[in-house]
Amino acid sequence: MANHTIAETLYVPYLDEKGILSWLLSTDHKRIGIMYLISISTSFLIAGISSLLMRLELIAPGKTIVDAHQYNVLFTFHGTVMVFFFIVPGLAASLGNFLIPLMIGARDVAFPKLNLGSYWLYLLGATILLISLLKPADTGWTFYTPYSIKTGTDVILLTTGIFILGMSSILTGLNFIVTIHKLRAPGMTWHRLNLFVWASYATAILQLLATPVVGITLLLLIMERVFGIGFFDPAKGGDPILFQNFFWFYSHPAVYIMILPAFGVISEIIPVFSRKPIFGYKAMAYSLLAIALISFLVWAHHMFVSGMSEVAATIFSFLTMLVAIPTAIKVFNWTATLYKGSIQLHSAMLYALSLIFLFTIGGLTGVFLGSLAVDVHLHDTYFVVAHMHYVMIGGTVMGFFGALHFWYPKMFGKMFNEKVAKVAWALIFIGFNVTFFPQFILGTLGMPRRYADYPPEFHSLHELSTIGSLILGIGVFIMTVNLLRGLTNGEKAPENPYNSVSLEWQVPSPPPHENFEKIPVVTDYPYVYGKKNTQEG
Amino acid sequence: MEEIAMEDTHSHGHQIDPKVEYSAAKFGMWLFLGTEILLFGGLFAAYAIFRAKYAELFHEQHKELDVTLGAINTVVLIFSSLTMAMGVSAIQRGKRNLLSILLVITILCGIAFGVNKYFEYGAKFEHHLTPGTSIFFALYFMMTGLHMLHVFAGITILTVLLVLNLKGKFSANYNTPIEVGGLYWHLVDLIWIYLFPLLYLIS
Repeated sequence: MANHTIAETLYVPYLDEKGILSWLLSTDHKRIGIMYLISISTSFLIAGISSLLMRLELIAPGKTIVDAHQYNVLFTFHGTVMVFFFIVPGLAASLGNFLIPLMIGARDVAFPKLNLGSYWLYLLGATILLISLLKPADTGWTFYTPYSIKTGTDVILLTTGIFILGMSSILTGLNFIVTIHKLRAPGMTWHRLNLFVWASYATAILQLLATPVVGITLLLLIMERVFGIGFFDPAKGGDPILFQNFFWFYSHPAVYIMILPAFGVISEIIPVFSRKPIFGYKAMAYSLLAIALISFLVWAHHMFVSGMSEVAATIFSFLTMLVAIPTAIKVFNWTATLYKGSIQLHSAMLYALSLIFLFTIGGLTGVFLGSLAVDVHLHDTYFVVAHMHYVMIGGTVMGFFGALHFWYPKMFGKMFNEKVAKVAWALIFIGFNVTFFPQFILGTLGMPRRYADYPPEFHSLHELSTIGSLILGIGVFIMTVNLLRGLTNGEKAPENPYNSVSLEWQVPSPPPHENFEKIPVVTDYPYVYGKKNTQEG
Repeated sequence: MEEIAMEDTHSHGHQIDPKVEYSAAKFGMWLFLGTEILLFGGLFAAYAIFRAKYAELFHEQHKELDVTLGAINTVVLIFSSLTMAMGVSAIQRGKRNLLSILLVITILCGIAFGVNKYFEYGAKFEHHLTPGTSIFFALYFMMTGLHMLHVFAGITILTVLLVLNLKGKFSANYNTPIEVGGLYWHLVDLIWIYLFPLLYLIS
């Protein structure tokens, strides 16, 4: 690895050029990745604050800080921003952009200008969202008809913003698929790709196949409000359930757009900090594709109580159970990778382990909800809210925080304070469970979601949940400050602080503009730790 | 660490190999066309559902549509696809001027289609047949309207390509944008070929 000693004199880190325009006009995949990272983190923090306000309202029965309408606005804002501005573009666009070319040994993505265009579309969508806040929508993030057609709030602007984000998402996915197909370094066969690249590939397929459908759905919703076209209006012969079918045909695969990159992330973190090859590489790669495929066949499990034939419901319930198989393969293989490994509890590893633990709870409660009889009882209760957050925070956000801590030295060339990072992790882990575990109990007791008020018998559990959310909020705050402080006060990061064998760690920290002085020739897959153990073949 | 050897592969600089660039651009466009079909797919699904539900309404109301104008537009678009394909083949043989002429014809066909459609829409509005009239007309205006947007996008792309060609950017060796732009135009044509019978020729 001594080959860039010659290049040392020419080495210019990609972060060196200063000025806002050098960022906004940059086609460097690493800069675009960092811009996404800043944007999605900001969205996450803002939407997180709105959820703290909701929890504060729910700390006691009756009106506390907001009224019912303001509460509806808050959860709509929280849902739309978290889903469409943070978690869907999230890991795929930020980490995907930064890492994919580095991992496959390319200098950039296939279409760098298009890549920048996608980011501008994201900014445009975000701007439109901000304008819509003059008359903020109160429909929930699902925009279910007929309410979304009747409400006087600004649904049109908000859905237009999301439509534009959809275009951004499609173009990013397209770019990544072409990049992974066409720009791999010599010797980088499909079975030598990082699992994060496989995860990004599966995600990109979902982005391409599902997003256009939500695009047309939102367009129809807009047209319904503007021209009264009546597709979703029973008075005009339309069908409100059609909206739900269209919406979930996208939004269920979108759940996997959100989670698959996080699966990819921890498949990178766990081998490095166990000093062992990933267990069952091929099973891990193909289970990602299997999840992507099955995700298209399960959308109606969101609609068991919306009215559908019993036969259809039974089929969708069965297909939903199928998702458990490839996801369980992943959980088993991560665990098997840990088995007899030399485990280092780096902060990134703590987040990865949290993901395995919390996602398993989230996944198993998903099986409850996929079962017809149980779902009728639990539908639209806090049980669903808790399940969803165990998957999205316990899964995606843990993966996101893990990735931030793991690739931070590579992205910024600096180290953060590891002790503070661990304290923040502990607060986040405890705060998360204290917030959401009581919600499972609340849900089974019958507490419906999306209400600003509740009967007094739910008081203590709601209060506990609010206390948990504050601990979670403090944890995220400490983590953010710690990472930001690292940028200015952190020590200089070495090229490869964890002795990873993966390709992105073989370039300087931060990497130069063109990534590689010379395009590498790859001879093995990126998990060769401990004894020589090649899964290749 | 030594498992991944970094060796010189003699590929310096940022330039992607033109062959890779060509196949990447083409692959990218095919993927994009797939997403376009899925975008229309939602409307086709809605069409299937509502036609099954309201077969008689569809039959009655399709009579309001002008089959002659629709047929003319179909011919115009198919012809424009032909001139587009001829344009691609012309530049592959290095005939830059011929490409310019063929692009102009293709663009004019697109404009003719739009003008035709303008009169068609105008006549519908005069008879108070609007997107709010019925599910059939909602579908008609949504499907043809969305298609019309794609025709405009196609015309814009072809105009940009025409300008670049007049500046001498394309040759027998380099014509990827023409081929990829052509693919897009063919999709616009293809979608219309499905829309025409589905809306105008129901029996």
